[in-house]
Amino acid sequence: MRIVVGHLFPDYLNIYADRGNMAVLARRAQWRGHELEVRALGQGERVQPGEHDLFYVGGGQDREQELIAPALAALGPALQEAIAGGAAALAVCGGYQLFGRFYRDQSGDELPGAGLLPLHTVAGERRMIGDVLLECELEPGSPQTLAGFENHAGRTILEDGALPLGRVVAGFGNDGQSGFEGCRSGRVLGTYLHGPLLPRNPWLADWLLTQAIAHRSGEPPELDPLPDELEAEAHDVSAERARTRGGRF
Amino acid sequence: MGLVPVPLAIEIGLARAAARLSRLVGAGGGTTVPGKLLWKLDPGAVDRLAARLPRGSALISATNGKTTTAAMVARILEPSRRLAHNRAGANLVSGVASALVAAQDAELGLFEVDEAALPEVARRVRPRAVSLANLFRDQLDRYGELELVAARWREMARSLATNATLVVNGDDPQLGDLAGERPGSVVFGLDDPRHASPELQHAADSKWCVRCGTPYDYAAAYIGHLGDYRCPSCGNARPPLDVVAREIELNGLESSSFSLVVPEGTRRIELQMPGLYNVYNALAAAALSRALGASLADVQAGLQGFSAAFGRFERIRMDERSLLVLLIKNPAGANEVVRTLVAGAPPRLLLIALNDEIADGRDVSWIWDVDFEPLLGSLERLIATGERAAELALRFKYAGLAPDAIEVVPSLEAALDRGLELTPPGEELAALPTYTAMLDLRALVAARGHARPYWEDAA
Repeated sequence: MRIVVGHLFPDYLNIYADRGNMAVLARRAQWRGHELEVRALGQGERVQPGEHDLFYVGGGQDREQELIAPALAALGPALQEAIAGGAAALAVCGGYQLFGRFYRDQSGDELPGAGLLPLHTVAGERRMIGDVLLECELEPGSPQTLAGFENHAGRTILEDGALPLGRVVAGFGNDGQSGFEGCRSGRVLGTYLHGPLLPRNPWLADWLLTQAIAHRSGEPPELDPLPDELEAEAHDVSAERARTRGGRF
Repeated sequence: MGLVPVPLAIEIGLARAAARLSRLVGAGGGTTVPGKLLWKLDPGAVDRLAARLPRGSALISATNGKTTTAAMVARILEPSRRLAHNRAGANLVSGVASALVAAQDAELGLFEVDEAALPEVARRVRPRAVSLANLFRDQLDRYGELELVAARWREMARSLATNATLVVNGDDPQLGDLAGERPGSVVFGLDDPRHASPELQHAADSKWCVRCGTPYDYAAAYIGHLGDYRCPSCGNARPPLDVVAREIELNGLESSSFSLVVPEGTRRIELQMPGLYNVYNALAAAALSRALGASLADVQAGLQGFSAAFGRFERIRMDERSLLVLLIKNPAGANEVVRTLVAGAPPRLLLIALNDEIADGRDVSWIWDVDFEPLLGSLERLIATGERAAELALRFKYAGLAPDAIEVVPSLEAALDRGLELTPPGEELAALPTYTAMLDLRALVAARGHARPYWEDAA
């Protein structure tokens, strides 16, 4: 089966190894006999209903985020419609912030958000930088862990009733104090864990692929297990880093 | 020595004793210990030591190429001047302090300086010349975003003494823009579109106009975002070049050559180092040396006599084999190492060592932004080693290297032995270590009697 990923503004939002996450999705689809096509969604392009099975948006530096925020916000309604129609999304780092309602910088200026996640972000004084480990349970009864790295000045505040992506075992998370990280709204996930998130957490890649294939075919697939020994080793080293040197105030 | 205030002399004595002690107890080269001690005793001592240098000081900063460029300048200037030079790459304030302590009879200070430490070092040392060669994304967990470093450099450039010379790489939009603010700046760059990349690399960073944010048009992009750029919207463009490399020839892994063009003439430079990035390093060294008074003949002789800086491109004899050490530390630098390897003899075997200490960057995400893919055409076996060996192995697995072609050997010593075992006699093993892995690798090789420890090179 052929599934299509819409990669939002890769020219602007690509600071942390986002193409690694794309490569993992593509290979793991291919190893199961599917074909995954990544289509860049640049400035001035439109989202056609039903075209994309999964959306991905990565992080950028402040300047690039400022340059692209209005264009991303303008796509908000079309993305909302695609997601209501069954597409999934993963937003990472700066893209996570821009998937919320707004981002307010240190001088009080606001960047508009796409409004796909019930949250907003306010720039703080100290950056929150370090290894991080989460516990999450995207499917009831199957708890998992996510190991990664965070580097953000923004404090992200979830609205009442909003679900976090996970509980922080070690590291800062959304704001350094709530004990939670990321946000989940149905098939839309947002997280500060940047860079090689999917290589060392392949279960999340498979969860996203499952959503994407279900959108395309109309029913959730059974994905064959893959030999993930290297992935598990990379995850365990990263998790150990978070436990011993993860950020805390 | 009558000019030295007594307390400073005592401090220097203590600091030197600390360096000897550090080496004696095997704690390393002592290249930062005396500086750290001096720093604790009296932070102002650095300022006073620098102020005593009769010919002043020059500072070199960049994301990539600092150590090599500084070593080239040293080679050019050393026949005629006594230098205080932080040769082993200890490039924070404490490293500069140590170099000042170690070279009491020096005439000229020559310091490579960490990007983040540059504003403070410039404030204390009050340099007569500063060379700024490139800004790439590098260890964002440590330095913060590139724009932040660029803003601090801009402040630093504005606060330089009026008679100080600013030397910048005009091919980097962030730095070319600084020259416009400061008349008399020396601008260097490449002029040979035959060596341009077909498209901007993934690791290109400053690709939006520094003035108005429009994407630049590139007549030629050489490395990352370095090149001949022009903003189609506001006209911001590469400034006119004062020191230029033309007719560049790259000879695989062996050497390179170019015509060095300056206002007073042209010289053909034969470098014993490969790759376009070393042409940039040589150009920066030529521009800075000229600003410090070197003649074109001195520049040519120095560059042609230069072979390699510590761990940057170093061939080490290992009995019947040799080890080629190529430091990698960020996407832009690693891309050029890959490009040079592939243009030389595309390797069938590689050892890559990924550590995640502070000096390497604790965040290893950057390996996913490196274009390792050109290696896949020839690579039959990868030995992945270092603290994050598994992560590195995943980078290649998802790039498409067959899983059975990847060996994960976390111990660096075991990985080195495995690499040498797989290298036929008379051939060379290429090793790409991150910074602390490079130090460890050199220490291993030195312990076997094949290379000198770095503090001896630095002495």
